[in-house]
Amino acid sequence: MNTLQKYVLAENVRMSFDTKQGKFVALENINLRISKGEFITLIGHSGCGKSTLLNLFAGLLAPSSGFMFCAGREIAGPGPDRGVVFQNHSLLPWLTCFGNIHLAVERVFGATESPLQLKQRTLEALALVHLSHATDKYPHEISGGMKQRVGIARALSMQPNVLLMDEPFGALDALTRAHLQDELMKIVAATQSTVVMVTHDVDEAVLLSDRIVMMTNGPAATIGSTLDVDLPQPRDRMALASNTHYHLLRSEVLKFLYQKHAKTAA
Amino acid sequence: MAIKLTMSGKFMTATLLPQVLGIALFIGLWGLIALTSPNLPGPIKTWDSAVELFSNPFYENGPNDQGIGWNILSSLQRVGIGFGLAALIGIPLGFMVGRFDFLDKMTSPIVSMLRPVSPLAWLPIGLLVFKAANPAAIWVIFISCIWPMIINTAMGVRQLPQDYLNVARVLKLSEWKIFTKILFPATLPFVLTGIRLSIGTAWLVIVAAEMLTGGIGIGFWVWDEWNNLNVEHIIIAIFVVGMIGLLLEKILVWLAKRFSY
Repeated sequence: MNTLQKYVLAENVRMSFDTKQGKFVALENINLRISKGEFITLIGHSGCGKSTLLNLFAGLLAPSSGFMFCAGREIAGPGPDRGVVFQNHSLLPWLTCFGNIHLAVERVFGATESPLQLKQRTLEALALVHLSHATDKYPHEISGGMKQRVGIARALSMQPNVLLMDEPFGALDALTRAHLQDELMKIVAATQSTVVMVTHDVDEAVLLSDRIVMMTNGPAATIGSTLDVDLPQPRDRMALASNTHYHLLRSEVLKFLYQKHAKTAA
Repeated sequence: MAIKLTMSGKFMTATLLPQVLGIALFIGLWGLIALTSPNLPGPIKTWDSAVELFSNPFYENGPNDQGIGWNILSSLQRVGIGFGLAALIGIPLGFMVGRFDFLDKMTSPIVSMLRPVSPLAWLPIGLLVFKAANPAAIWVIFISCIWPMIINTAMGVRQLPQDYLNVARVLKLSEWKIFTKILFPATLPFVLTGIRLSIGTAWLVIVAAEMLTGGIGIGFWVWDEWNNLNVEHIIIAIFVVGMIGLLLEKILVWLAKRFSY
């Protein structure tokens, strides 16, 4: 298998849950190949199982059938080789920003590196997200956007094979979100990260992705279509605003979401 | 300075004034009842007696006649030992009950059945097993402390947010790291609630337990003064027990605030 071509891989994945009403099939026939360094967004209406798919990649859930690989190894449970950024940041409130990241750094590099090197790594991760000034602050002392940046720094500090982000900016206001999107683009460009991001924001998907994976509505959701975003890097949101190709791509996604797979009123 | 003055002025009218008024009303009512009931000493008589009593709180006149200070200290000591033993057993047990479903199901019928029993009902068992009054009183305190400790600790562990556990899972932390970095700090506020409830109950129970076991202690002292028909001292004891209980509560609330996130 050429791991460079298929860095993260899902083959015939099916996910069903046992509920009180019987078996609920959330995902079916999921086939996805993600190359190293690729930025993928999963987009779809709420309830389409996009977060479920991300949790499968994270190993927090195990597929009912099918196979999932990351860097040539089958995904069997969660692990620090896949950095997860949670929707609600999930920082531990009793640890400082430094402490939260250090916990991850220590877990991954504690066996091989000196305490000084671990500290250095932690500080570098904070510097990467421009939070050096908040090193000793507790999560309740910083803003929502800053918390999410610490969450990203924590995930990246482990030098994961792939960065998994579950609607990381969903809970933020529009201005903070735009700011963090710009920062994420720079970080991803600098670290050459492979990213899988769940979003319900069409603009975010087009702005950030190399490829947009559009999902049909559940139950038994699957990948309806994928769209290559062939806009040149680095991207600038101001320039894209007047770019006709950007608008074409954007309307492709909108068409998929609101014409082909419109959500029936819940 | 001016701001400070108005601040304290506000504090006076908003907090201090109603409190002082309430206490004054209470004492007034007490005095009024005392006037109509000749056996009940009034506030002034009680105050005089208290001044005399607290002028020498640590005298020793044989085993059955010791200053009020010694009585209070030995009651606090019993509560301390009984509570300490209950914490030593109850908190780890609570962690295990909260973490392992099987253990929870195993213990929950026993805990639910024994929890509503007055701890004093356990006193004869204590006397039987330990064959002495003092350990029996400590045993009663232990019983009154153990239930809130187990229940609150277990609740804290059970209510651990899934988010934190997910962090532990994606980082693949060791059980020890999960305990020290996630489980323990997340559960600490619940453990402190358990401690607060335990101490509160223990302080309620110690007076009754000591009335039954005798020896030295604030509860026995109350009973002794009843036998001496020294009603002023009984009233003083009620205030003393109340104030110490309030003090313990305040300290533990302060402690809990320091460890809440």
